[in-house]
This record gives sequence, C-alpha cells and structure tokens, in this order.
Amino acid sequence: MREKSKLIILIVLAAAFIAGYMFIELGPNWDYALPRRAEKIAAICLTGTVIAVATLLFQTVTNNRILTPSIIGLDSLYMLVQTTLVFFLGSTSLTVMNKQVNFAISIGFMVVFALILYRLLFRREGQSIYFLLLLGLIFGTFFGSFTSFMQVLIDPNEFQIIQDRMFASFNNIQTEVLIMAAIITAAALLYLMKFVKYLDVLSLGKETAINLGVDYDYTVKRLLVIISILISVATALVGPITFLGLLVVNVAYEMFKTYKHSVLIFASALVSVVALAGGQILVEHVFTFSTQLSVIINFVGGVYFIYLLLRESKK
Amino acid sequence: MVEVQSISKSYGLKAVVDNVSVNIQKSKITSFIGPNGAGKSTLLSIISRLMSADTGEVLIDGQKIKETKNRDLAKKIAILKQSNHLSLRLSVRDLVSFGRFPYSQGKLTKEDQVYIDEAIRYMELEDLQDRYLDQLSGGQKQRAFIAMTIAQDTEYILLDEPLNNLDMKHSVQIMKVLRKLADDLGKTILIVIHDINFASVYSDYIVALKDGKIEAQGTVNEIITSLTLKQVYGMDMSIQEINNQKICVYFS
Repeated sequence: MREKSKLIILIVLAAAFIAGYMFIELGPNWDYALPRRAEKIAAICLTGTVIAVATLLFQTVTNNRILTPSIIGLDSLYMLVQTTLVFFLGSTSLTVMNKQVNFAISIGFMVVFALILYRLLFRREGQSIYFLLLLGLIFGTFFGSFTSFMQVLIDPNEFQIIQDRMFASFNNIQTEVLIMAAIITAAALLYLMKFVKYLDVLSLGKETAINLGVDYDYTVKRLLVIISILISVATALVGPITFLGLLVVNVAYEMFKTYKHSVLIFASALVSVVALAGGQILVEHVFTFSTQLSVIINFVGGVYFIYLLLRESKK
Repeated sequence: MVEVQSISKSYGLKAVVDNVSVNIQKSKITSFIGPNGAGKSTLLSIISRLMSADTGEVLIDGQKIKETKNRDLAKKIAILKQSNHLSLRLSVRDLVSFGRFPYSQGKLTKEDQVYIDEAIRYMELEDLQDRYLDQLSGGQKQRAFIAMTIAQDTEYILLDEPLNNLDMKHSVQIMKVLRKLADDLGKTILIVIHDINFASVYSDYIVALKDGKIEAQGTVNEIITSLTLKQVYGMDMSIQEINNQKICVYFS
C-alpha cells in the first residue's frame, strides 16, 4: 500500500517536528518551558487540522480546488466582531474581557452568519452553490469595508490592539480557549463522520451525487455548517489564516493522487501539521521571531496559488 | 412503469415543460426527440428527480418519486447527463465502482465487484479499466460513464444525449448495448436523442416534444412519418425504407 506508507512518513515527519519544537534549545528551565511549548504546539496542531479539513470539505462541496472557505466571508466577520467590540467597549475589553467570552462571541457570530447565508441559499430549490459564494463574497467585502470604517474612527492606540488581531499569529495564540476549541472541534469532526462516505460521491458533482442516492441539499447543508464551525474555531484561535488550507489540501492531493476522502482528510491534516510545526520551528530558531509564520505561509501559499492558476489555465 | 402526470416547469415566465403526461413502457427503449429547446432534457431531469417540477407528479412503479427515499430511488433509476467533465484523478474502474454506491455506501463487497466487472465487460472497457479518465477520448469516457450507470443495476436507465460527440461507430456500439440491455436484461431505457435516424432504428417508442408540449407519441412506425416529423421539426423530410428500417432524409 503506497498510500499507507506515505501516510506513515507524514505521521513520522509530523511527530518529529512536534518533538523538535518541544525540545530544541530547551534550556535548564524545562519545567517552565515545556508546558508552555506543549500548549502552543497543541494549538498549532488543532488549527492546522481544522483548517485543512474545512478547506478539503469546502473544495469537495464546491467541486473547485482553488477555493478556500474564506470566500464566504467568515474571516472578515471575525475582524468586524473584534473591531466592533473595541469600538463600543474600548480596547480594554479585548484584554480585560474573559477570553472564553470573546471566543464564544466570535464563534457564535460566525456560525449564525453562516446559517443565515445557507438559509438564503437553500430557501429556493436548485440554487447553485456559486450563488452562495457570490453572496459570501459580497458580505465579506461589506464586513471588510465596515471594519475599516470603524478602524479609522477609533483612537490610534486602540487600533494597535485590533491590528494585533488582524494577522494570524502563532506567537500569541489564545491558549486560554484551547480546551473549548478542542471540544467544539471534536464535536464537529464527530458529526462529520456521519457524512464522510458521501464525500467521494459529492466530488463527482451534484447531478451524479443525486443519481447515486445522496440527499444532496441535506448533506451539503450539514457539511457547510461543519465547515463554518471549523473555520470559526481556527480564526478565533489564531486569526485569519484560511490560505494555509488551500496550500495543504493541494499538496495532499498532489502527494496522494487519490479521490478518496478517507485518505485525503488525514493526509491534508498531517501536511498541515507538518507545515505549521516545521514553519514555527523556522520562525523561532532560524528567524528568531524576526518574521511571522503567517507571513511565510502567505508567501509560500501565494506562490503556489499562482502556480495552480497557471497550470489550470494551460489545461 | 414510469408515469408522468401533467408535469409543468417554467423558468421565469417561459414554460419549458408544459403540462406533459406520458407513460413509459417497461423493458422498451423510448426516445425523446424534438428541436432544440423543446424541453426534452428538462423533462428527463424531472423524471429522474434532478429537478423538481412546478406542478404534476412522476410515479415510478406506482410510487411518487417525491415521497420515495433518494437512496431507494438510486437503486431503481439511473440518470446520465450530457456534460461529464471531471477534474478528479479517477480510473475507469473507480468510476464504474461508484455505480455501486447506492448498495454498498462506499464499501465494496464481492458482489459489487461482480457487477463492476460485468458492467466493464458490457461496455468493452476491459483494456481501459486502469486508465485514468483524463487519458481517455470523448467516446471512451462516455462509455465509462454508461458503464457506471449499468453497474448501478437499475430497472430504469435515463440517458441525456448519450451519442453527443461520438462518431458513428461508437454511437452504433452504444445503441446496440442499450438494445441488449432492454432485450436481454429487461431494462427500461429513456434517451434524449438528436439524430432521428438513431431514434428510428434503435428505439421501440418515440415521444416527440415541441415547445414543452408533447406533439406526438407512439411506436416508431407511427412517429417516423413525413407528416408527423414536419409538425415537430417544421421541415420536409422524405422517409425511405432501407433494410426494413425507416430512414429520414432531411438534406434538402
């Protein structure tokens, strides 16, 4: 089984990077450093998995391999929520306010928004999924503009606080909410198990899926809800970082050359963990925090995205 | 039997299918013919529950399809639409295996493998079964998709322009397979077809649509007449009998 051996290589690689992150230059105060590093690497693994799975699902549902779920505007909504909180409650709200409460508010808003969007989409039968993307794009732009509007109005010092949240950062992960995030993710993934068998069929397109007996609207609706929960968790944990998903899912496709989601889910999650853990080691020990992991991801992801576009256009 | 009871479907103000009722006979090939935009494909999509009708009912073996579970329908009726471009890296055998999904839900049993082998043999794809879809010609791809619907082992097989983009050799090959499916295995086959000579030679019944309404329906001999075809297509055709088959000559 070549698939199995590739998966094992990825697992070993992921484990090596995680161990590397934990133990490189540990120093004498290991009893202080280890638990902190463990917390951080756990958050990195969680975020990586969540982003990878959400993007894989989204690409399957839309039958498009160059889309990321950020297109439905959840990232922008997250920024809007954060900015609104600072706008009305002041920057202290972000620092003083219970992190769990902020997390819950952000996730709540994102999921409710997604549900409203899907309600709009599925109210009329036979609506194309691209209608959803279009709506999401418009809402995303609207949220973005509204956010900038509020940001110009607030005190520059307060703006600094928001700016912190604007870029995904693995150096200041909200570890306080880690357990909550893990529980929500576990619940969402558990629910996903019910639909895994339909994913391969869904990737054949809507009509074939219906022909093969999939309750298309029902299944896609549930998958979209799972996707928005996962994306919300990742965004609330580290900030807007959906570009990573595009990168790792396509790497997983290229590596495994398969359509089987039972393999792809694990593969893309592992690729994601390898990329994030490896990248974070680079950031901390090679660049000594002079750059951010999200910058590297966006750079590599951007180059890869252009490569994908060029290759697709050649076909 | 498939009973279509006063089906209507409109996009905006335009009625694409307008109060159509038709009964499809079992174990026969029924061809839907008619000019472009007559509503043939839409009707086929409605019968196969890919679209829902605005009004009217479709009954399969006396059961309303709206009230039947989708998974059960997938064991009764298979539909293949015209455009099937996939960006997936899928081998022919993988694609045909998907036909077993309604039964196995993704976990193929030995019995499934037998059906898959059978379908591949039926469409003469043995040599191609490990090739990837993006390495196949249009005709080979079409045969692979038809093999998938055969593996689905449904009583009713609906095909939307299965001869699109195929040369004569492959068109004849596919029509012969359909004939065999109807005659040997008793499958009921509905096809939307543009070439009326293929419809005339290989089908049992013909339903002619025009502007969303049924213009004529009946056996091949009843429909393939200069008069009826003029009503449907609005052009003169002379009908020649060659080897006991009615051939329309419409090159004027």
